[in-house]
Amino acid sequence: MGFTIGALCTILLSVFIVQIGKARELASIVRNDPAEQDEINKFQAGLGMIFMVVFLVACVWSFYHYIPTSLGWGSNIAASVHGPEIDYLFNLTLFFCFIVFVLTHIALFWFVWKFRGKQGKVGLYWAHNEMLEMVWMIIPSVVMTFLVIGGLQAWNNIMLDFPEDEGYYSVVLPDEGNEKQYIEIEATGSQFEWYIRYSGRDGKIGTKYFTQINDKNQLGQTWSDEKNMDDFIASEIVLPVNKQVRVRITSRDVLHNFYIREMRVKMDAVPGMPTYFHFTPTVTTDSMRRRLKNVPEWQVPHRNDNTKQRWEVFQYELACAELCGKGHYGMRKIVKIVSEEEYLEWLDKQEGGSLVENVDSTNANSVSYSFEKGSVKSKYFSYFKDGEKEFNPVVDKIDNIEHLVENKLLVAMCVDQMSTLRSSSEEGSDEFNTAENALAELKPLLKAARLYTVDQVHDSYDNLNKARGIVKAAVVEKNTVDPVTTVPVDTIAQ
Amino acid sequence: MADINVLEKEVPQTNYDGHHDDHHGDKFQSSFIDRYIFSQDHKTIAKQFLITGMIWAIIGSAMSIIFRLQLGFPDSDMSWLQPLLGGWIQINPTTGLGSIDPQFYYALVTMHGTILVFFVLTAGLSGTFSNLLIPLQCGARDMASPMLNMLSYWFFFLAGAVLFISLFLNTGPFSGGWTGYPPLSGLPQASDGSKAGATLWILSLVFFVVSVLLGGINYITTVINMRTKGMHMFRLPLTIWAFLVTAILALLSFPVLASGFFMLTFDRVLGTSFFLNEIFVAGEVLTTRVGGSAILFQHLFWFLGHPEVYIIILPAMGLVSEVLSIHCRKPVFGYKAMVFSILAIGVLSFLVWAHHMYMTGMNPFIANIFILFTLIIAVPSAVKVFNWIATIWGGNLRINSASLFAIGFVSMFISGGLTGIFLGNAAIDIQQHDTYFVVAHFHIVMGVAAFFGMFAGIYHWFPRMYGRFMNETLGKIHFWGSMIGAYAIFGPMHYLGMAGVPRRYYSFENFDAFAGFASMNQFITIAAIATFFCQILFVINFFYSIYKGKKQTEMNPWGATSIEWTAPVNCGHGNWEGDIPEVHRWPYDFGRHGRDFIPQTEPLADGEIDGGH
Repeated sequence: MGFTIGALCTILLSVFIVQIGKARELASIVRNDPAEQDEINKFQAGLGMIFMVVFLVACVWSFYHYIPTSLGWGSNIAASVHGPEIDYLFNLTLFFCFIVFVLTHIALFWFVWKFRGKQGKVGLYWAHNEMLEMVWMIIPSVVMTFLVIGGLQAWNNIMLDFPEDEGYYSVVLPDEGNEKQYIEIEATGSQFEWYIRYSGRDGKIGTKYFTQINDKNQLGQTWSDEKNMDDFIASEIVLPVNKQVRVRITSRDVLHNFYIREMRVKMDAVPGMPTYFHFTPTVTTDSMRRRLKNVPEWQVPHRNDNTKQRWEVFQYELACAELCGKGHYGMRKIVKIVSEEEYLEWLDKQEGGSLVENVDSTNANSVSYSFEKGSVKSKYFSYFKDGEKEFNPVVDKIDNIEHLVENKLLVAMCVDQMSTLRSSSEEGSDEFNTAENALAELKPLLKAARLYTVDQVHDSYDNLNKARGIVKAAVVEKNTVDPVTTVPVDTIAQ
Repeated sequence: MADINVLEKEVPQTNYDGHHDDHHGDKFQSSFIDRYIFSQDHKTIAKQFLITGMIWAIIGSAMSIIFRLQLGFPDSDMSWLQPLLGGWIQINPTTGLGSIDPQFYYALVTMHGTILVFFVLTAGLSGTFSNLLIPLQCGARDMASPMLNMLSYWFFFLAGAVLFISLFLNTGPFSGGWTGYPPLSGLPQASDGSKAGATLWILSLVFFVVSVLLGGINYITTVINMRTKGMHMFRLPLTIWAFLVTAILALLSFPVLASGFFMLTFDRVLGTSFFLNEIFVAGEVLTTRVGGSAILFQHLFWFLGHPEVYIIILPAMGLVSEVLSIHCRKPVFGYKAMVFSILAIGVLSFLVWAHHMYMTGMNPFIANIFILFTLIIAVPSAVKVFNWIATIWGGNLRINSASLFAIGFVSMFISGGLTGIFLGNAAIDIQQHDTYFVVAHFHIVMGVAAFFGMFAGIYHWFPRMYGRFMNETLGKIHFWGSMIGAYAIFGPMHYLGMAGVPRRYYSFENFDAFAGFASMNQFITIAAIATFFCQILFVINFFYSIYKGKKQTEMNPWGATSIEWTAPVNCGHGNWEGDIPEVHRWPYDFGRHGRDFIPQTEPLADGEIDGGH
C-alpha cells in the first residue's frame, strides 16, 4: 500500500515538474527576450556560489562531526607500532588535499559567478600562458614528490619482512629488547570462518598441505612434521602487548583478507601462497576500553546488550575485507591484546588440557596419560590411524634431552598406544612382545622427560626459558638416558 | 587510405544518395531495418549506443537502489519487492520480515558494477560520442568501416542480452564482484553465482570485448586517415583527441581482459589451473588443481581495469573541454597542454595497474614502482583541472544544462581525484583498501564525473542528434539534483571509509566497529533514491524532447567553431550535402579579433597565425 502511494506520488511529482519545465520553455519562446539568458546566468551562477559555500561548510562540519571515528582521530587511533605512521600520512595528505580542494572549488564557482555571460560581451582570447602552466605543473609535482617519498618510506618500513637468514626467528614469547624474535601465528581463511593456529611451545608453526584436509584436520597439517605436534587452533586471537607478531595468512578456498581495523593491518589470503603481515600491538584491549570510556559515542548501551555500555564490551575484531561469497560479511574473530602474563596464562590453558598426567601418589614411577582435549587427541589418533611411515624418523631424532622434552607428547602417545596394544593382544604373541619391548624403552624416556620438566620446574610458559636453561645445564645427563628408541612402525600402524 | 577523402571530394555523391532527405535513404539505408535497426550510419549507431546505455543505466542504478535499501533499512520489511524478486527475498519465519538474500545482494552489487562500468560508461559514453562526433568533427562521411561499426553495436547488444538472461537463472547471476577474482569466480562449488551465472557473465563480457575492439579500430582509423582537408592533428577538437587515445587504450587493454577470461573459462570448464592452487572447497580437495596463481588473474584484469577507468573518464574530459570552451566563448586554456596531458594519462594508465593490488599479496617491493607512477599521473590530471578553471577565467559564460554539467564535472573530478592521492599511496592504502573510502573515490571520480561529462555532451549535442533541444528547466533541476545528490551519497562514504568500514558488506551488524553508522547509511540510501528520481526526470526529458522538444532553428545554435554544426540539421547518411568543408584553423577561435567566434572553415587572414600552432 505504502509502495503504491509512493509510486503514485512520484509519478504525480514527475508530471508536475515536467509540466513546469514545458510551461517555462513555452513562456520563454513567447517572450523571445534576448536578455533572458543573462538572467538565467546570474541566477545559476548565484546558485553555484551558494552551493559552493554550503558545500565547503558542510565538508568542514561533517568532518568535525565524524572526527571521533576518523583515521587517527578520536577513538579511531592506531593500536600498533606502525599504525600512527599510516594515520600521520593520511592526515598529512588530507591537509594538502583539503587546501587544494577548497581553493579550486572557490576558484571554480567564483569564476563562474564573475564571468557569467552578459549580452554583447565577448570572451577573452586567452589561449595559454606558459609561465602559469609551468607553475601549476611544478607545484603538484613538488607536493607529490613529498608525498611519494613519505609514502615509500612508510610502505617499505611496514612491509619489510623477517628474513630467516638474517637471524630472525619465531618464539613463543619474544625476549624483552630482542628485535629479532617474533610470535608467529597463522590465519587461514575459509568460507566463511577464520582458523587461527598457534605454534605451541616450540614457537614454530608446522607445515600443512591441502590434500591432508579432512573433518579432523581442518588445516591439513602434515603429522610427519614434528613442529605440528604442539600446534593448536584457537577460538580467538590472543596476543601480548608490545611484542612483534607476524601473521602468516593463508586460505583454504577463495581469496579472503585479514583485516584488523585498529591495528592498521590488512592483507589478502591467497590459496596456495602464504602472505605475511607483521605488526606490534601497543594498546591492550583493557586500556582501549578505559580510553573509550571517555568518548561520548561509546558511553551508550551496546546494541545487543543493553546492560553494558559500548566501551565495556569493546573488542578488537578481525574481519574479512575481500569478497569471498555470501557469508563474507560475517567472518568475525575477536582479537584480544593482553599483558604478557595473561597471554602465558591463556597459552597454558590452551595446551594444558590436551595431555593429562595421572600420577599414582603411592608409586612415583607409575604414570599414566589421558588425552582430554579433542583437537589434540584427534590429531594424534588420526596420525596413528593413517599409519604414516614418517613416524619412525621423528622418534629417531629424539637424541637429546631438550628435544625429548619438546616431544614428550609424542612419546606419551606412543606409550598410550603400546599399552592399548599390549592389553588387547594375547600374552606371548608377537604383538604383545613388540609392545612390551617398546614400552620398556619408551617408559624411561617419558620418565626422564617428566623429571626434567614437570617435577623439577613448574611446567608453564613463564618458566619455560628457565626450564630450558636447567635442561641445558643438565645436558650431561643426556648420556645417562638411552637416547634412541626405535618404535616399529608396522606394529603401530596396526 | 589517405586518398579516400580526396576521392570523395572529387566525386562527392558517388557513394551516397544525392538528396539527403530525412525520409529517404541511400542504397545502404533503403528499408526500415537498414535505417533504424541494422543501420550503418554512425549517427544512428551513436543513438543506438546512447539509448541502450540509458536502459542499462536505469537497470544498473535500480539495482543499486535495491541493495542500498538493504544497507540503509536492514530492519524494515522488503517483502513488497517479492513480486519482482521472488525467492531472492527471504522471509524471516519468526518476525515475518522480508530481506534480500545475501547471495542476491552480492549478485546485485556485481551486476551494478559490470553494467555501469562496461555497458553504460564504456559503451554508452565512448560508444555514443565517438560514433557521433568522430566523423562529424573530423569531417568524414562515416566511419572507416560502417559495417564493423554496426557489428560493434550488435556485439554490445548481444553482450547485454546474455547478461540480461543471466539475471533470470535459477542459481542467480554472477556474484563475485565486477572484478570477478578467481578462485571465487573459477569454482562453481564456491558460490551459487559462480555456476551458470559466471559462465554467462564471462560470455557477455567476451562479446563486449569484441564490440569494443571493432569500435576502437574504427575510431582510430577514422581519426588517423579520414580527417577532412586542412584538419591537422593539432586542429582537432579535444573531444577527438580524447576519443582517439581512449580507443588506443581500449585496443591495447581489452584483449588482455579477454585472454584472462579465456584462461578463467579453461579453469572452469577444462580442468586447467591457471588461477587455482591448493584448494579445498565445499568439502572436497581439488587434488589436481595446483600450480596456478590467483594473483595472475588480478594482474591481467587490472592491466585492462586501470586503463578502463581512463577509457571511461577521457571521453568525458574531452566532452567537458569542448562544452566548457564553447559556452565560455573562450578558447580552452592550454590546448597543447591538454593534448599532452591526455597522451601522458594514456601512457601512464598502463603503468599503474597494480595500485589496485597493493594488499593482495603481490611482492611489496613491486608496489614502489606503482606508487611512483600513480602519483605522477596526478600531475597531468592536475594540469587539466587548472586548465579547465582557467578556461572559465575571462569568459562570457552561457549557463545552461550542458555548461552546468561541465562545471559539475570539474568539481567532481577534483573531489574524486584528490582522494585518489590517498589511495595511490600504498602505506595509506593498507588501511583504506577495500573500504568505503575506495567506493566513494571511484564513484565520484569515474562514476559521477563520467556521467556528468556524458550529460554535458548529451545536452550540448542533443540538437545535433535530434534537431531539437532538451528542456532547460528540467535540465537544470536534473543538474542541481544530481550535483547535490551525488555529493550527499558519496561524501559521507569517505567518513565510513575513514572509520574503516569495509565495502561489499551485506550487513554491518556482526561487527561492533562497523555497526555504528545506521543513520548515515539511511541518509545515503535516501539521497540515492532522490538522485535516482532526478535521473528519471532526465530520461523523461530525453524521450519527450526527441518528439516534442524545442525545434532547432539555426544550424549552429551554440556558436561553435567545429564543423559538426556545418552539416544540415537533419543530415542523412553521408553528413554533408555536397563537399565536406575544408578546415583552416584550430577549433578554439573564440573572442579572437573582437569576434565572438571564428568557425574552423574560415580561412586564415593574411599574416594570421593559427591558434593551435
